[in-house]
Amino acid sequence: MSSSIDPAALTIEGLRIATRSHTIVGGIDLALKRGGIHGLAGESGSGKTMTALAVLGLLPGSMTASGSIRLADAEGPASTELVGASRGVLQGVRGRRVAMVFQDPSTSLHPQLPVGRQLTDHMRHHLGLGKAEARQKAEALLDRVRVPDARGALSKYPHQFSGGQRQRIAIAVALACDPTVLLADEPTTALDVTVQAGVLQLLRELADGGDLSILLVTHDLGVMSAVADEVTVMRQGLVVESAPREQLFTSPQDDYTRSLLAALPGSSFEQTGEEAR
Amino acid sequence: MTRTTAVRPPRSRGGRTAHPFLRYALRRVLTSLLLVVGVTLVTFVLTNLVPGDPVAAALGQRAAEDPAIVAQFRATYGLDQPLVVQYFTYLGNLLHGDLGVSTTTHNPVVDDLAKALPATLEIALGAIVLSVIIGVVLGTIAAYRRGKASDHVLRVVSLAGLSVPTFWLALVLYYVFYFQLHIAPGSGRLSSDFSTPPHVTGLYTVDALLAGQLDTFLDAASHLFLPVLVLTLYTVGLLTRFVRTAVLEILDQDYVRAARAKGLPTRTVIWSYVLRGASIPILTVVGLAFGSLLSGTVLVEAIFAWPGIGSYAYQAASHLDLPGIMGVGLLIGVMYLLVNLIVDLLYGVLDPRVRLAS
Repeated sequence: MSSSIDPAALTIEGLRIATRSHTIVGGIDLALKRGGIHGLAGESGSGKTMTALAVLGLLPGSMTASGSIRLADAEGPASTELVGASRGVLQGVRGRRVAMVFQDPSTSLHPQLPVGRQLTDHMRHHLGLGKAEARQKAEALLDRVRVPDARGALSKYPHQFSGGQRQRIAIAVALACDPTVLLADEPTTALDVTVQAGVLQLLRELADGGDLSILLVTHDLGVMSAVADEVTVMRQGLVVESAPREQLFTSPQDDYTRSLLAALPGSSFEQTGEEAR
Repeated sequence: MTRTTAVRPPRSRGGRTAHPFLRYALRRVLTSLLLVVGVTLVTFVLTNLVPGDPVAAALGQRAAEDPAIVAQFRATYGLDQPLVVQYFTYLGNLLHGDLGVSTTTHNPVVDDLAKALPATLEIALGAIVLSVIIGVVLGTIAAYRRGKASDHVLRVVSLAGLSVPTFWLALVLYYVFYFQLHIAPGSGRLSSDFSTPPHVTGLYTVDALLAGQLDTFLDAASHLFLPVLVLTLYTVGLLTRFVRTAVLEILDQDYVRAARAKGLPTRTVIWSYVLRGASIPILTVVGLAFGSLLSGTVLVEAIFAWPGIGSYAYQAASHLDLPGIMGVGLLIGVMYLLVNLIVDLLYGVLDPRVRLAS
């Protein structure tokens, strides 16, 4: 990385999200390093998912965002401000430069559309690819996320796949236009434990490829400990602690983080928690 | 590997996936056939339960007082047989496409119905197509603007559409457009100076176009305008409200959020994702609306002197023409079943989970 390029793919500064009567997120800062996985942890209702949706400008109509979310250009020092950006700017960012993977692939993929169509429609829109070209690329994507029989899979429907394969397909959909940032909202929560590891490993590999930065939103610190480079812990719309993974798991600074770690099953974390007490 | 057990073989492999849908379709067709038998029984029993003597209704008072004429009439129409025998005779004749002879028109009921059905289909199809288009557009707009002024206006208007009695609306529109404004043509399917286009489908507009008779087409279309408008107003309120609810539910789905997160244009999100998702509940209510349209045509046809099933039913009922009444009952019952069958089969087309489930 040359010094002229911003080391962060996505920079969130003083982000506030509020409805008329409530503050959902009360001013948070977060820098997503290029090629890294940044975990965003916290209990449900802590504002993690809303933070991710704010990046895409997809907050529910009743909520407004203020502050700053800057998306760095892939090359060069320029960046795009996303808070308050025009519809046109956001449409160009969504799916093209920032993509999102949702929690439950059995609801985030359209049950009535073949997988191939869901993999190619945004490719054709954003990249202007022809049908054949897009299908070729879709096949390659399915291979990359290791869905068996990629060619045959294109004409199948989501219900014909297992949960883990569906989430791999959803990840392939997100990767289709070569985004620089991937927002993964609880991508393993709806999956069987046995399948979770495979999906997490896939995310790790994608980030290690160097061009993709992943914001991994989860309430599960076990998932964090497996793949995240940095972890930010949120509570009630505020950041309580942000640190590299090792540091956070070995010497958490905040009481809330400690209690989360203590709640983890698996001996090493439990000890960490108990030692801290 | 436990994961791969849930995976089906790809579609392309010769016929393996054609089977489930074929089985599904076959099952639906068979059920419908059974129901047709049920419909014959119900129409037969109901018709014979009606108080009133068809002999007196058909013969007039003086002839009905002559026992010889009455006996002969009863023998001619098989009315002297026990009801069970009459029913099986009716069923047997039905299998040969014989619905009996109308005691009012003295034509075979089948011929009468064959003549009347296209007239009814023409207004019913016109109305359902129009109300689906309008209902889907307005319902989607209302859902997208939920809680805004345009949503409230649409809801009030559609509620008004639902609440206005059809016959009253028909009379008012007829009065305003025909007597006052002279915009709409008079009653019937064609003006008197036009001749019926060569029979292909029985729908005058379609037949006129097929024969290249543009004048006839325009005249037939202008005659369709008012009855179709009345029937459309009758169903469009229902459809709009239903589409709004269905779309609102789909807008909440993850896959719609996912489609937006993909940066797809709003048009694509609505057409390919939202309306596709809402298509199954919408299809269900369109089927129901079409069924209620068929019964709604009776009054509308009477007002516009439209020579369809509704007028025929009215005429048969007022003359206690039992073969005619049973014929109409059977036809409407069968059409209901047919619409339901088509809806069921379309579920399979629209939803791969229905089509591909074994």
